[in-house]
Amino acid sequence: MEKFMLIFHGGMPQDGTPAQMQENMGKWMAWVDKLAKADKYDSGEPLFPGGKLISGSNKTVTDGPFTEGKEVVGGYFIVKAADMAEVIEICNDYPDYDLGGSVQIRQVMKVEM
Amino acid sequence: MQESSEDFGKLMNHLFRVESGKMIAVLSRLFGLQKVDIAQDIVQDTLLAALQIWPFKGLPENPSAWLMQTAKNRAIDYLRRQKRKEEYAPEYAYLLQSEYTLGYTVQNIFLDHEIENSQLRMIFACCHPSIQQESQIALILKTLCGLGVGEIAKAFLTNSETIAKRIFRAKEKIRLEKINLEVPTGKALSLRLNSALKVLYLLFNEGYYSANPDFLIREELCEDAMRLCFLLVQNSITSTAETKALMALMCLQSARFNARTNSSGQIVLLKNQDRSLWHKGLITQGYAFLEQASEQAFRSDEHTKYSIYHLEAAIAGLHASSESFEKTNWNKIHELYEALYHLQPNNIVAMNKAVALAYGQQPDLAILELLKIQGLDKNPIYHTILGEVYSSLKKLEMAKIHFQKALKLDISELEKFVINEKLNYCQDEINSDNP
Repeated sequence: MEKFMLIFHGGMPQDGTPAQMQENMGKWMAWVDKLAKADKYDSGEPLFPGGKLISGSNKTVTDGPFTEGKEVVGGYFIVKAADMAEVIEICNDYPDYDLGGSVQIRQVMKVEM
Repeated sequence: MQESSEDFGKLMNHLFRVESGKMIAVLSRLFGLQKVDIAQDIVQDTLLAALQIWPFKGLPENPSAWLMQTAKNRAIDYLRRQKRKEEYAPEYAYLLQSEYTLGYTVQNIFLDHEIENSQLRMIFACCHPSIQQESQIALILKTLCGLGVGEIAKAFLTNSETIAKRIFRAKEKIRLEKINLEVPTGKALSLRLNSALKVLYLLFNEGYYSANPDFLIREELCEDAMRLCFLLVQNSITSTAETKALMALMCLQSARFNARTNSSGQIVLLKNQDRSLWHKGLITQGYAFLEQASEQAFRSDEHTKYSIYHLEAAIAGLHASSESFEKTNWNKIHELYEALYHLQPNNIVAMNKAVALAYGQQPDLAILELLKIQGLDKNPIYHTILGEVYSSLKKLEMAKIHFQKALKLDISELEKFVINEKLNYCQDEINSDNP
């Protein structure tokens, strides 16, 4: 089993009505539920928007990264899967494609030391 | 996947909508009704926070409490950031000035009984006499029921611009007339309560009788009306005989909700409904409310003891307790319609009164009453009823005339089909009498 990080960009229904938001929530809960039952879900955390960026040899701290709303990272999952093909399959159930959201998939490197 | 998503929806039973109504009521009390937009922004933020956190962290043990707590914290943060706190609700302006009393004041306003109190005040504010009735309804749905403009438009089979205009006009009145979240006293209280009951009655009827093919939307409107009416029943100052009677009416009517449409979404008439599908619990509940409402009205010294809600609830109760359509106590129903006509002399009540006569084995009298009604010549139901009563009296030529009139009016394909069947029946009978 390999581990993969799913990074969720955008997709928050900012102008949604309570009913629409609840429906969206229902889809997320169902997705997590399905992954957990199949023992594919490892962990996940939501992230605040905004934050700080430190860069340069002066270690300059700036606000950011300020990205377009549709690119803000809202959170991530770590999932377990055999290969990339299976993860892509898993991401079929990501609920926010219609809301402009996207999923970035990165494989966690297994390093033997 | 689809299934567990639906389970979640049922489990939460409009959680976001209902809670957002509560939060908007409480926050508007804190910030002042004039600043309802701030309340709406904080509620939106709160729901987005839930949406961002719950999928990762799981459902909180008490989702409602989680939302309220989050909204409360955001309200405190918001107030701390404001320099001119006196611009907020005049009732609290003084207490919001100092850091010590700010937290304490906000805590208090979020207590359970204060949340209910705030919703009550919001109902009263939405039903302020200077706001037009259609705007009152739209505003209640927007604030207390957490519906979006598009959703309200869909429920009322109209477009979003119309609803947006109604809400805009209501908000303008709130600003110009300086309408606040208060509980009126004395005579003003009973007037305001009357208009609140009227609005909830209309809201319920919109859900119950509308031609909207979307069954879920209609059920939701009925549920919302019942939830708000129950709030009025629970509060000692609004729990009048009329309020309880309206609650009884809603329970007794909604008990039949599931039997009113068949599996393909078509309307099933009372006569053909499967009475085992009626909700026994709601019927019992409805009777209990009706009993309290009647007792309370009987003890009162008002001139007119029983309201239209009492009478309509009593009629619904008679239907609900009848074993079958045929065994219904039509004479009693006719009597009740007569009393209702006395309070509310309109054509539809007159028509129902006549129908009760027809089913109560007095079709000749029914015809006389029906023909006396003025102004229903363009109403297809009126002609269908006349056709049916004539047909039961074997006055088949007369029946045919009225069925044909009904067919020329604005009716659905299904109604057309049903009336055509009745028309064919008349023709067959005529043919078999004159071979």
